[in-house]
Amino acid sequence: MKAIPAAAPTLVVDGVSVSFRRSGTLIHAVHDVSFFVRPGETLALVGESGSGKSVTNLAIMQLTPPAPRTLVKGRALLTCKDGVTRDLIAASGEQIRAIRGNEIAMIFQEPMTSLNPVLTIGDQIAEAIVLHRRVSKRQALRDAAELVSLVGIPDAAKRLSNYPHHLSGGMRQRVVIAMAISCQPRVVVADEPTTALDVTVQAQILELLKNLQRQTGMAIIFITHNLGVVAEVADRVMVMYGGRLVEEGDALPLFEKPLMPYTAALLNSVPRMDMAGRRDVVLDAIRGSVPDPSHLPPGCAFHPRCNFFVAGRCDATQPPLEEAREGRRVRCLRWREI
Amino acid sequence: MLSPIPASGSIEGRMTDFTSSTQVAGSTEPTLGKNRARDRFMRHRLAVLGAGMIIALVLLSFAGPYLLPFNDLYIDIRNRFAPPFASIHILGTDPLGRDHLARLMTAGRISMSIGFSAMLIATCVGTTIGAVAGYYGGYLGAALMRLVDAMLCFPSIFLLLAIAAFINPGVASITLIIALTSWMEVARVVEGQMKSLRERDFAVAAELMGGSDRYIIFRELLPNAVGPIVVAATLNVANAILAESYISFLGYGIQPPTPSWGNMLNNAQQYLSSAPWLAIFPGVAITLAVTSFNFIGDGLRDALDPRLDH
Repeated sequence: MKAIPAAAPTLVVDGVSVSFRRSGTLIHAVHDVSFFVRPGETLALVGESGSGKSVTNLAIMQLTPPAPRTLVKGRALLTCKDGVTRDLIAASGEQIRAIRGNEIAMIFQEPMTSLNPVLTIGDQIAEAIVLHRRVSKRQALRDAAELVSLVGIPDAAKRLSNYPHHLSGGMRQRVVIAMAISCQPRVVVADEPTTALDVTVQAQILELLKNLQRQTGMAIIFITHNLGVVAEVADRVMVMYGGRLVEEGDALPLFEKPLMPYTAALLNSVPRMDMAGRRDVVLDAIRGSVPDPSHLPPGCAFHPRCNFFVAGRCDATQPPLEEAREGRRVRCLRWREI
Repeated sequence: MLSPIPASGSIEGRMTDFTSSTQVAGSTEPTLGKNRARDRFMRHRLAVLGAGMIIALVLLSFAGPYLLPFNDLYIDIRNRFAPPFASIHILGTDPLGRDHLARLMTAGRISMSIGFSAMLIATCVGTTIGAVAGYYGGYLGAALMRLVDAMLCFPSIFLLLAIAAFINPGVASITLIIALTSWMEVARVVEGQMKSLRERDFAVAAELMGGSDRYIIFRELLPNAVGPIVVAATLNVANAILAESYISFLGYGIQPPTPSWGNMLNNAQQYLSSAPWLAIFPGVAITLAVTSFNFIGDGLRDALDPRLDH
């Protein structure tokens, strides 16, 4: 594991809750999630679809639907390039526009649709630069060419005049990454950036992100449900279930000895190389499915699917998030016994 | 919109590079977007034909009158009702002995200017209203679109005639009236496009890059809707020319002696059997202009969509 300098966190998310209002009733999608990420660090956010990991990050950037339909509580404190710490959730429209792209950027899952099909990639990257820096279009295009070669696209100057449909998926994702890092943001949120790519390209993109991180010292929040990818890139891991943070810790210890049964079950449901060719080994699957956020089970949200479920305890009280040891938090009533 | 590329010489230099390389290597070589748009337009034969026709009509209308020995108001009383190709009046004369070709060309100036300016105004108004309604939605969008519906419900010919009866007919006022009764289609088209475009990932991505609403609407989303807008706009030119024709035909438009294709038709109707050329030539002119603009619209739609490259 690479040594993390215990620098002050770039982004501190403090007690963020998100609820959607649907036909009069409030649906709580995210409950009281807190985490932080330090410069140069990769925090992986793991969970099944619907666990609230994407919503949390959209809420931090004020991209959830506007107020009457969505309620966002809590704070997201970002230390900006000028040294000032700003609360993203409380920021005004103008403030958040100055922060988005400049201080915090996002890489989307689907490179096929996250680029504008009718603008050349040079135009798109240059626009991203012009939005936040006082430079001429000409200078921005020069910077764009540099960015394009930085993300490993050969023949950069020529590529600038290409349209997105001229490029392969991997190349497009590189362009998206170039756009995201164009203003050297402090934090990059990567929402499943490799899911839509084939495996060899995935590895290249992950390598690219790690290299860029080493060069720029940006913090990466890596949203994924691919645990192989997590093992590859993450310094720390956060597991979410049913809109709650259920386990958090440094990547290696968490993988070696998960404390929360859900994390353990997730890890067990990944095929491993030592199973190859063995017909007698059945891959574990987690029974049941992700709970609907509008009908969360009482008590621990995971109890209907948990192998360590004890009636009368797990379905009665919502377990608190406990600090197991330094930097390791877990939400389970029975983690000491298991 | 494209794009000085760092450290690679002048635009001309690169264009020649491109042409030579396509000739040699087929066409996998990336090129400048503008060039490609022109290529796509040129591939569309009818559009090229239409463009040629419009250029010819414009040249004839604006330069033609200077080449004739008569102007549109000159009365040659001895040559009334001269048939085409029979005298010095190439397309014949009208009941007052005015040269039909001279009048047709002067009328073309007026009819096509009205058509074009009305289209520009209608497209700007329609695009803005549609974009705002589609992007913001909600109460504002609903209110704007109900206004569009109300305007659409109202039979525009009656509106045109009613307004035309109250104001002093002239080129500017007729243009405005036509524009203000024809922006609704564009608004509808743009609203629909914006509604779907704003949900796309790249719109969210633009928002995430810190783009303002105005930036997202005009720089990111509208370029994606250019195809439908251009098609609606060219149809609008055609419709505006027609609208001018029938207002003038009904006597409320451009007033004689100033000719327009519409009022020439109006004057021709009582001589349909004795001097049919008086109706045929303005009719042909209207048809040519309208169909040519429609063809151009088709071609532009293809030309402006870079996704149609193969």
